[in-house]
Amino acid sequence: MTLQTILPVQAAQIKEWAEARGEAAWLTERRLQALELAASLELPKPEKTKLDRWDLSAYGAFKSVAKTASREELPAATKEFIEEGTHNLIVQHNSGVVYTELSEELRAKGVIFTDLETAAREHEVLVKKHLGTAVKTSEHQVSALHYAAWTGGVFLYVPKNVELEVPLQAVFLTDDASATFAPHILVVADANSRVTYVDNYVSTGLDGKVLHNGVVEVIALDGAKVQYATVHQFGKEVTDLSYRRALLSNDADIEWIVGEMNDGDTIADTATSLNGNGTHSDAKIIAIGSGTQKLNFTTRAVHFGKSSESDMFTRAVMREEAQSIINGITKIEHGATKANGQQTEKVLMLSPAARGDANPILLIDEDDVMAGHAASVGKVNPEQVYYLMSRGISKTDAERLIIYGFLAPIIAEIPLELLRTRLQRIVERKLGQ
Amino acid sequence: MATKFVIEGLKAEIEGKEILKGINLEMNGGEIHAIMGPNGTGKSTLASALMGHPKYEVTEGSATLNGEDVLEMGVDERALAGLFLAMQYPSEIAGVTNSDFLRSAINARRGEGNEISLIKFIRQMESSMKGLEMNPEFAHRYLNEGFSGGEKKRNEILQMMMLDPKVVILDEIDSGLDIDALRIVANGVNEMKNEDRGFLIITHYQRLLNYITPDFVHVMMQGRIVKSGGPELAARLEQDGYDWIKEELGITDETVGQEQEA
Repeated sequence: MTLQTILPVQAAQIKEWAEARGEAAWLTERRLQALELAASLELPKPEKTKLDRWDLSAYGAFKSVAKTASREELPAATKEFIEEGTHNLIVQHNSGVVYTELSEELRAKGVIFTDLETAAREHEVLVKKHLGTAVKTSEHQVSALHYAAWTGGVFLYVPKNVELEVPLQAVFLTDDASATFAPHILVVADANSRVTYVDNYVSTGLDGKVLHNGVVEVIALDGAKVQYATVHQFGKEVTDLSYRRALLSNDADIEWIVGEMNDGDTIADTATSLNGNGTHSDAKIIAIGSGTQKLNFTTRAVHFGKSSESDMFTRAVMREEAQSIINGITKIEHGATKANGQQTEKVLMLSPAARGDANPILLIDEDDVMAGHAASVGKVNPEQVYYLMSRGISKTDAERLIIYGFLAPIIAEIPLELLRTRLQRIVERKLGQ
Repeated sequence: MATKFVIEGLKAEIEGKEILKGINLEMNGGEIHAIMGPNGTGKSTLASALMGHPKYEVTEGSATLNGEDVLEMGVDERALAGLFLAMQYPSEIAGVTNSDFLRSAINARRGEGNEISLIKFIRQMESSMKGLEMNPEFAHRYLNEGFSGGEKKRNEILQMMMLDPKVVILDEIDSGLDIDALRIVANGVNEMKNEDRGFLIITHYQRLLNYITPDFVHVMMQGRIVKSGGPELAARLEQDGYDWIKEELGITDETVGQEQEA
């Protein structure tokens, strides 16, 4: 028996919106197939979270946006994130990208940095080849709906042997609750290239619910190194479903740096598939929960390649009545000899009404490997508070120092100074200071 | 005002067990008092109770610093009033650098709007660290994290030097120190000696007192000060141990709050 699901997006709308954007036929066709698939797929099942009880209907409608060539005309809420001197920038405002800038220097090197809609037209071969290879349409209903409904987004391609020193940046803003907000990020790092990409997700002035159904795909070909930093700080009107996935070919390397600073309910799944030999994946996540947020954060590393290595490191602070499930999944497949997978999840609880479950999961199908995990859930250590207070520091400041200290090792890794200092401020706000 | 620190009838317990059974002690600025005694006699409890460790409950008595009872104050207020405890087991705090921590502590004293300038702070910290023969990189290391026993003790003395307290309590500062480190720590203390500052040095070895000469020596047993004297008392303890005091006072078990064997 098949379950008849009433989908929040309809085929007629998908067609209409695609026409409005002047989209290529192959892409619209893919969207319609995805939508059809969505009807027969189930919701994802993150550990200990019942998504069927969440309201996941606020997809809104596609609304076209006017592009601008001037940074001055960008919404104020995005401007504050733009690093001074950045010449490689994409800004998405609700359903579409409004601003794209790529320096001459990078252009000359063959770098492509544009919204994904444009890329699907102008770089069809590349996009067709990679879109949907890391996060598959058929994984679950949420991914299928994403592939039916995504708009705007980013396509970043770094050619073979090109090593970029400066980070490329993107900002995604939702401020219209009736507009679809579902960007797709596709990063393709060709053989032996190197790139850092940083983005921010923000909301402001919403008068209704928004669902962010976002997907990030990173394809790192042989020997490529990708550093990916992202900070999500949506307001409580936004339910954030984010699936991030990297595929690593031989000797490729990904570093994820993720700041989960939303005020709304969030499912975030940050995963690496270590397909090639000698691959390396490093994931550092910080999260703060407050209010009555429901949060489910998963980091995942799946080892196929020999001598592949993964490190996952999550630190979360839970205050007020925030409920969080924090999963670390290390999977080592048969044949991935000499693989090494390590993970740590640490949760600091600031309130008796908050919940933080840390679930380290090791799934090992190969003998010749190393794997390790550590998980802890604890309160602020009263001995540490006493020690700091014994030097004259007030209780509030002592606790603040300890909480910051708990998060500091990850904040220090953020590759953009502006983002680092901003994140510190966001941390302060989330901690109610 | 010349510093005057007076402990009167101090009783304290941990988890309902009384450890301090009435401590009396008077200390003036410029004086060094040594509190000696075998293990388990309540010496470290005295230090912790004075500083306000959350596990210890003061049940009776007072400890006044220039007329103000510090036992009525919060831990941070005691520190701001001029009390400093160099701890036997300082906490390790990851993510907080030594210099950020010290600057917060100094600024807590100076108050908002009167914060120490970064340059002045760095200069002070560097010069104090040099005096203690500490590796300058320790300024940027996380507070006590991965420090050896000796490094932690030096770091306690560094804090003492930078916070300029009126009453310094050193709790077993000599334990785990090799002879060079002992000399350096003792030099740090001796340099800090002045008319406005009193020192209460808790130790169960006499050897620290070869480097720091006490004006008064007190022996603790069973949660009380059972004998006081001058430097000659420390010398006698070095030579003869504690048994003669136990005999003199008719004490068989000098410890306090330990589980009694049946």
